Amino acid sequence: MTNWRIDEDALESIVIGAGILGTGGGGNPYIGKLSARKLLREGHSIEVISLENVRDDWHLCTAGGMGAPMIAFEKVPRGTETSDAVRLLEAQVGHRIDAILPAEVGGVNSIEPMIIAARLGIPMVDADGMGRAFPTLPMITYLIYGVSPFPCTVADEKGNAAVFPTGVDSYWLERLSRSTAVQMGGFVGCAVAHMSGIDAKRTAIGGTLSWARRLGDRVRRARGTRDEDVLDAILAASGGHTLFQGKIVDVERRNADGFTRGQLLLEGADEDAGSKMKISFQNEYLVAWRDGKVVATVPDLICMVNREDGEPITVERLRYGYRVAIIGVPCSDLLRTPTALKVVGPPAFGYDLPFEPMERVQ
Amino acid sequence: MRIGIDVGGTNTDAVLMNGSALLAKLKTSTTPDVMSGIVTAIQSLLSSSGVDRAALTAVMIGTTHFTNAVIERRRLASTAILRLGLPATQAVDPFDDWPEDLRASIGGRWRLAHGGNEFDGRELSALDPTEIARIVREFVASGVQSLAVAAVFSPVAPAMEKRAAQVIAQEAPQLAITLSHEIGGLGLIERENATAINAALRPLAAATVMSFRRSLAELGIKAPLYLTQNDGTLLMADAAERYPVLTFASGPTNSMRGAAFLSELSDALVLDVGGTTSDIGALVKGFPRTSAVAATFGDVRTNFRMPDLISFGLGGGSIVRGEQPTVGPDSVGYAITERALVFGGDVLTATDLAVAGGRAQVGNAALVAGVDRALAQRGLAAMRVMTEVALDRIKLARHPEPLIVVGGGSILVDDELAGASRIVRPKHFEVANAVGAAIAQVSGELDQIEPLSDGREQILERARRAAIERAVANGALVESVRIVEIEDAPVPYMEDRMLRVRVKAVGDLAAASVASSSTRTT
Repeated sequence: MTNWRIDEDALESIVIGAGILGTGGGGNPYIGKLSARKLLREGHSIEVISLENVRDDWHLCTAGGMGAPMIAFEKVPRGTETSDAVRLLEAQVGHRIDAILPAEVGGVNSIEPMIIAARLGIPMVDADGMGRAFPTLPMITYLIYGVSPFPCTVADEKGNAAVFPTGVDSYWLERLSRSTAVQMGGFVGCAVAHMSGIDAKRTAIGGTLSWARRLGDRVRRARGTRDEDVLDAILAASGGHTLFQGKIVDVERRNADGFTRGQLLLEGADEDAGSKMKISFQNEYLVAWRDGKVVATVPDLICMVNREDGEPITVERLRYGYRVAIIGVPCSDLLRTPTALKVVGPPAFGYDLPFEPMERVQ
Repeated sequence: MRIGIDVGGTNTDAVLMNGSALLAKLKTSTTPDVMSGIVTAIQSLLSSSGVDRAALTAVMIGTTHFTNAVIERRRLASTAILRLGLPATQAVDPFDDWPEDLRASIGGRWRLAHGGNEFDGRELSALDPTEIARIVREFVASGVQSLAVAAVFSPVAPAMEKRAAQVIAQEAPQLAITLSHEIGGLGLIERENATAINAALRPLAAATVMSFRRSLAELGIKAPLYLTQNDGTLLMADAAERYPVLTFASGPTNSMRGAAFLSELSDALVLDVGGTTSDIGALVKGFPRTSAVAATFGDVRTNFRMPDLISFGLGGGSIVRGEQPTVGPDSVGYAITERALVFGGDVLTATDLAVAGGRAQVGNAALVAGVDRALAQRGLAAMRVMTEVALDRIKLARHPEPLIVVGGGSILVDDELAGASRIVRPKHFEVANAVGAAIAQVSGELDQIEPLSDGREQILERARRAAIERAVANGALVESVRIVEIEDAPVPYMEDRMLRVRVKAVGDLAAASVASSSTRTT
């Protein structure tokens, strides 16, 4: 695999791809897109290196925004939060970071590594630690497979920073760093999982950035030329298949405990006429039932797009009447091991269900 | 006694109403200078009804004037953005995502300064009056006439923007100042964009409102003047001079509000059929359901909550082609009275099919005698399918809902449609938009993030009370105010549970002398 650079065109595509792979969550990458575009227009370059080209003796870490992405829509970042966190991590480990590893390919944190790469002049790796979007730190494959979460650094736009030099585990780190994020104003930069090139190749999911790009490219081409159905384009580029096509006929949300939890009901159209699908969601779409039978569960990806233009539909935008396609995409094998399923399987999200790979259920 | 006027691109519609009774109505062509069409309309309403102009209590105007100025990039002021949020917000520049020609037509100058708040109201950084004064001098020296001020989290904590306005006014009293918390809710870039558009429209707004006032004075009308906003509520004239952007896209809203009033239905679907396109939307408690998607004006992203509409290419003038007929999307438009077959023209239009198929009686039915009946029926069926698809897409629930049909082209619509429990064709359907203007009310809004630890019920109750107070401050009759929208959602991915609350209260216009427009808060 050769290395490549992200230009404005690739950025547009990645935003679309990352939206679809965000499985309904991950935050809206609009502000991140404008931030990255500004850096490109100022002459910064964003170099992408494939996972196999990472050298064994390199020092790497992951970094991204932590907190509520909605905050960044009002308090637009300074732009240095994540690169400051990386600099601070370098000071802690006493070594320069050679390349940045994205934490997730879905949502806002697919863009943040570009900003770090542009600012620090280091490459970002065409890989990530989720192959989708997840809500918490312990769900990153680097940490699942034994990379130490410590030290972890966070930095805000005001000049505040915090270091978590050591701790019990990633769950404790998640709680402590998240409350620090709130005190710092709700959305901060975070760097974590310092590791060697060997560990990166062992624990990262490779090729996901170029995957998001191909997906976005194909969707844009289908929209522009109309010589391919946008759903076929998504299926071909995502490697998924259609779980259901239909119309949202009911959305039920419960807010009481402070989480957006809920479920939605779809009535089938075309080849799914006469069938129903139920999807349960928290921040992301987590479990899909077709006519009462489970057809896909987390960590496999349950993506929802507008049937006509392939625009991803996030949990916040759900409402009656949308014509949608539900696309199931098998998750990375790294998320399907017993070790990973303890952290990202259905029971981790409160569902008393075993994980069945979606291609086996079909 | 009120006069409601809706100035559209093609037609100016006007009605005279006494309470809920419609005394006179008029449909006339929009004149290039707008004003003379309005004057003619008012004169004709008064003379045909015999009503004394002294009996008028209000004149309400819905206009596309300001929207058009932005779309055509003309008569816009030299405008700058002052954003208060340093050291945050540097990742995205003001005006970043604007079309280049619009940005160029208003100068597009901007500076960032310290100030702003955190989500919970804490200070993000301290306001620096010296810094602001220096920037203002720089703006003035480069010819800036109008200034948009946007501080981080100002919808939650407006004090910082107000203090900045004092500093600016002291330094440059001639500058028009628009504060972002008076324009929109959370979402800095979108709110800042809307504030800058508003700032650019300030001189035009002042001139337009002045000429509206002069025209009314020349007609001997002393009743106060209001402009309608995109949410179907009113802005007093002097508020419209300061907040012209709030009048954007009030046309479709007026039409839906008018439909609700004329049909006495508050929860229903509304189909407005024009000459070229149809709009379908949903009424919830008498107001249009708003869209969740960011609205764009002149290709600029804003965070206005616009009516959730689906437009499709079916209108009275839609051109019909083929043996398995296609209808539209192109149309003969306003030339329908010359070019449609029933009016002696040579173009087969949707209206001709409706006449040939026996659904409507307009023009000369003999002129469509040559149209094949089976073809007419196939065409009408195609039109029904277009309407039913749009209807199903806009619906909020699975069960059939009543459909109110308004607008000049409503004769095209079947008496039975899948998804509609019944078709309601109210009297005066052709001037529903002017009726919507005449019955417009006054609102107060709130958009805030609060810690859930205060208890959801208490937060909602506080928000309701604040919205009601704002509606009253904007001129609503206190006993008539009610909550029409309340929405709360936890802020996703936030550990210390925070709740975002949006509330809107609406009430009837109080007697004119009581109304004060000095505070308009969103």
